[in-house]
Amino acid sequence: MITIIVASLLLIAVTPPLGAYMYRVYTSEKIGRLEGLVYKATGINPNTDQSWRRYASSVLWFSVVSMLFIYLIMRTQNHLPFNPEGFGSVNPWVSINTAASFMTNTNWQAYGGESTMSYLTQMLALTFQNFLSAAVGMSVAIALIRGFTSREKEGLGNFWRDTVRGVIYILFPLAIIVGIVLMSQGITQTLGHSLVVHGIQGFKQIIARGPVASQIAIKQLGTNGGGFYNMNSAAPFESSTPISNFIELFAILAIPAAITYTFGKMVGNVKQGWVLFAAMWILMVVGVVMTTPGELHATPAMQAAGISANQPNMEGKEMRVGPYESSLWAVWTTDASNGSVNSMHDSYQALGMLAPMFNIAVGEVIFGGVGSGLYGMLFFVIVAVFIGGLMVGRTPEYLGKKVKARQVKIVVVGIVLPFLVCLGLTAVAILIPQGLAGRENLGPHGFSEIFYAYISQMGNNGSALAGLTVNTPFYTVTGAFDMLVCRFVPILAALALGGSIAVEKIVPFTAGTLRTDTRLFTGLLVGVVVIIGALTFLPGLALGPIVEHLMHGRLF
Amino acid sequence: MAIEAPAPEQQTPATPTVKARPLFDPPIVRRAILDSFLKLNPGTLWRNPVMFVVEIVSLMVTVRLVVDIVTSGPVAFDASIAFWLWFTVVFANFAEAMAEGRGKAQAESLRKTRADLVARRLLPNGSEESVPASDLRAGDIVMVSAGELIPGDGEIEEGIASVDESAITGESAPVIRESGGDRSAVTAGTKVLSDWIRVRITADPGESFLDRMISLVEGAERQKTPNEIALMILLVKFTIIFLIVCVVLQPMAIYSGSRVSDAVLIALFVCLIPTTIGGLLSAIGIAGMDRLVQRNVLAMSGRAVEAAGDVSTLLLDKTGTITLGNRHAVAFIPASNVSERELAEVAQVASLADETPEGRSIVVLAKERYGIRERELMEMHAEFVPFTAQTRMSGVNLDGTEIRKGAVDSIAGWTGREMPAELTAEVERIAKAGGTPLAVAKDRVPMGIIELKDIIKEGLTERFDEMRKAGIKTVMITGDNVLTAAAIAQESGVDDFLAEATPETKMELIKKEQEGGILVAMTGDGTNDAPALAQADVGVAMNTGTTAAKEAGNMVDLDSNPTKLMDIVEIGKQLLITRGSLTTFSIANDVAKYFAIIPAMFAGTYSVLNALNVMHLRTPESAILSAVIFNALIIVALIPLALRGVRFRAVGAEALLRRNLLIYGLGGIIVPFIGIKAIDLILALFHFPS
Repeated sequence: MITIIVASLLLIAVTPPLGAYMYRVYTSEKIGRLEGLVYKATGINPNTDQSWRRYASSVLWFSVVSMLFIYLIMRTQNHLPFNPEGFGSVNPWVSINTAASFMTNTNWQAYGGESTMSYLTQMLALTFQNFLSAAVGMSVAIALIRGFTSREKEGLGNFWRDTVRGVIYILFPLAIIVGIVLMSQGITQTLGHSLVVHGIQGFKQIIARGPVASQIAIKQLGTNGGGFYNMNSAAPFESSTPISNFIELFAILAIPAAITYTFGKMVGNVKQGWVLFAAMWILMVVGVVMTTPGELHATPAMQAAGISANQPNMEGKEMRVGPYESSLWAVWTTDASNGSVNSMHDSYQALGMLAPMFNIAVGEVIFGGVGSGLYGMLFFVIVAVFIGGLMVGRTPEYLGKKVKARQVKIVVVGIVLPFLVCLGLTAVAILIPQGLAGRENLGPHGFSEIFYAYISQMGNNGSALAGLTVNTPFYTVTGAFDMLVCRFVPILAALALGGSIAVEKIVPFTAGTLRTDTRLFTGLLVGVVVIIGALTFLPGLALGPIVEHLMHGRLF
Repeated sequence: MAIEAPAPEQQTPATPTVKARPLFDPPIVRRAILDSFLKLNPGTLWRNPVMFVVEIVSLMVTVRLVVDIVTSGPVAFDASIAFWLWFTVVFANFAEAMAEGRGKAQAESLRKTRADLVARRLLPNGSEESVPASDLRAGDIVMVSAGELIPGDGEIEEGIASVDESAITGESAPVIRESGGDRSAVTAGTKVLSDWIRVRITADPGESFLDRMISLVEGAERQKTPNEIALMILLVKFTIIFLIVCVVLQPMAIYSGSRVSDAVLIALFVCLIPTTIGGLLSAIGIAGMDRLVQRNVLAMSGRAVEAAGDVSTLLLDKTGTITLGNRHAVAFIPASNVSERELAEVAQVASLADETPEGRSIVVLAKERYGIRERELMEMHAEFVPFTAQTRMSGVNLDGTEIRKGAVDSIAGWTGREMPAELTAEVERIAKAGGTPLAVAKDRVPMGIIELKDIIKEGLTERFDEMRKAGIKTVMITGDNVLTAAAIAQESGVDDFLAEATPETKMELIKKEQEGGILVAMTGDGTNDAPALAQADVGVAMNTGTTAAKEAGNMVDLDSNPTKLMDIVEIGKQLLITRGSLTTFSIANDVAKYFAIIPAMFAGTYSVLNALNVMHLRTPESAILSAVIFNALIIVALIPLALRGVRFRAVGAEALLRRNLLIYGLGGIIVPFIGIKAIDLILALFHFPS
């Protein structure tokens, strides 16, 4: 309980300093030494100002190459070094899915890491991508912000420079700090073999080890979520102590929260940033309030088995974590497009599942992924501004830029297309045998498993309602499609929005302008997110968690 | 000191002549009912994507229904769904038809005036021929004499006449129109009362302002405005989302164990998509134009009306807008050795022959103050010395006595000496207070000063306050010097002023504001205003103005009342507010509809979902039907609001948003819960659907 309050409040406290630091990183004219070396080595000219099309094509090329790179390493890991367990080449379906997954910052895992991936794959392909995909998300967000602040100029900045800076000044230093703290808490960091130990009772146990701490640090910070172990942060070597649990938890939202402040600083009014933060924070708190109380009680099934209703729902939860921290993690990891877990969402009460599913379904905008959460939220802001602006009798404008048909069109594509893909794939999966085969449960819960899988990949979240078997060709390919479309359509929309709005004139603020730095607008924004999310996903949620909840016949 | 000003000779009508028309005029309603069925034609309906989609799905349900009737399935429920779906489209069409009908009626009454006009066209050889007005082309020359109607918009080439323009302005006092200068434009349908004029027609039939306006309200040529397009995209977005949601629902239903009937799915779809705003959108636009016509303003495009709502700077001509047309004498300030009465007498004599409003006001003031009777100049054997641009003074020569009045420096020049110190001080005081000092001298001796003052129109200060609250800056444009301008600006409450304005400085000001991203509105009438009118985002030309001015602007005010610029801005804002509010309302409605339909839809598979049936609707069929009926009827219920528009309040954006969110957002969530429940109860009375 205390953890929930402390973490939520600490988030408010950390946002300004970290956000201000990130502001400096992205706006500084000076080129640092390390940064300069990277440019020299790669032949990048960091000073060219890219139009949105150039920026977007840089993002796409970079991503294509990244994805190929991951794919090739996984397919050839048996011939490459750092493979002490001698794992064979990863099968092509899983490889495609995983390459898409890590490149898109989703970290959906159709495999068990400790039993499939060599250390080299884990480090070079996966952990490295955790940095890059996160940095790409931030670059796109920063480019979009530049569009809002630009004075009738085309350029949105330089993708290569933004990404290099994101990695070496933000993600890397933070990951080192977090990694070292985690190691101090007993998280493994080694290139040695798995340990083989003999228990007191005599049976042999294999304990998988590896370069864990370094991967955990970035998987949390970069809203990646792909753990070293299949159990993710429920595994004791991914999170061992209350301190490591707290640090990892906090790392999930640190950057997505801070970037709202960066946004405020860049547009020259920190209140604009706080409005986004407040809307996200409110939605986050609602999720925690919806999820936690249910987990303090035994599920109807447990009660039927004779467990008192006053016992917490500990199925799928670690004793050392407990119901409060598990619930908080479940909400935070789905607010952000992180997807790491320290408990199994599959075993939550029906309503406990509803909040995480809603969080992901609205498109990962409640803090969301690093960068992607901000531009996703800005799409909703444009919708809110459009409706609100009309209601005060003016052509809508945001941050002094008029919102016209072109902007609305772009935002509509950015919001709608992912919904379309995700709902469409769910519909296919629940109709055909290949889809139905993967379920662990029948009925509404089985539906939830499938639905969750697709919204999770849509939101580039990566968490799962454990239970669904997803390493089949059907699920790996449809999943990869879901992840790729739902990552790059919003990215292109964000950049196109930035490009289209960059060349617009800045209209001066008057008393007749809709203010977007007020509590009222925060409320409107929350309303728009909830209404659009609810209207789109209510039928699906009704047939999944809501029916399940009602069938158990009680509200809490 | 309050002085009652004499009535100015030619005052613009203070209030617009709103030709009130009942909201549901029976003939218009009859016509609209017919039209709403004619508008089902998909060839025209596709212009409104949301309603077009509804029509398609209605057709699907109907086809299905026919198949079911043939195969003798149970049809009562499906038939009523189909019926109400069709009526959703018809009601939306009705809204549009009503708006068009009202617009047309408005335009018709304007057009009637010129229906059977006969023109006397001058042939090159000098003879005349009679032709119908509709045959006139631009460039034709026509003769119009007293008692005849002017057959087309044009420019007076020769002659002067008094013209009754009440047919379009509603103002009964005749106005003078003459060739050359700024009063040479005449409008079709107005009547020449005296004398004759020769008019060169400037517009082909169908292109005059009236014709353009008629085509705009009739809908034939109505183009979507930029903001309307943006909103339509948003509505299409919601339509697509709900299309996906409903299409995907079927697999979900099959997974859950039972198919949902197509009619029910389509019912849900139609209820969810924003039919309310989709159905009312064009009506709102047309009604906005119509509200302008009611105030005797003709707009050249819907875009201009929309831009009016965005305007942040209003350029208001001082004369006629902020002040009554002319200055009036308010005080006589004598030189030290002259009595006030003496000065008044001299000033009156000097002004007797001066027919300008200023001159008349001096005579009147002298009479009021000192009872000095007007004397006939002829009796006094006086010789009138008229005002010229060179001397900048006027006066009389009376039996060897020379009396002059004029600008202070010209009188000083005439007397050949400096003004006495005490008068110089007064001159400064008057100028600072925004007045105009006129000096009076007799036999080259300064007698004193007459203080002339601008009379500010009543109620303007409050109006400017409202504008300020709405974030609109008012700028007074005047040819006066800075001191005078500052004083009047302060007294009237405008935010800023442009003194010693010329058409060039006015243009510069507009460009400067626009560079800062501000939309500017202005009024103008002279030919030299034309470039600025064209540059301004909203340029309202006065109907009394020249053709050049009218062509440069994008609106024409038939009353020639520049104060109306503020009304125009409000109408523009009202248009946007109505759209935004009804969009919010429409989307907020969906919450209740979900609560009605989702439990009903899965009543067979998951009866537990009935817990979501918070309205306790009787049966699943009744729940779905009630939602569909509500969805159709709400369009009709909101037609009056769409036609009248949501009121604009000058309370600032924040308060306005809070208010409209509360009414249309929160209200939009609550109202359908009540409405659907009520319909369910009514259906229960008829035991339908059983």
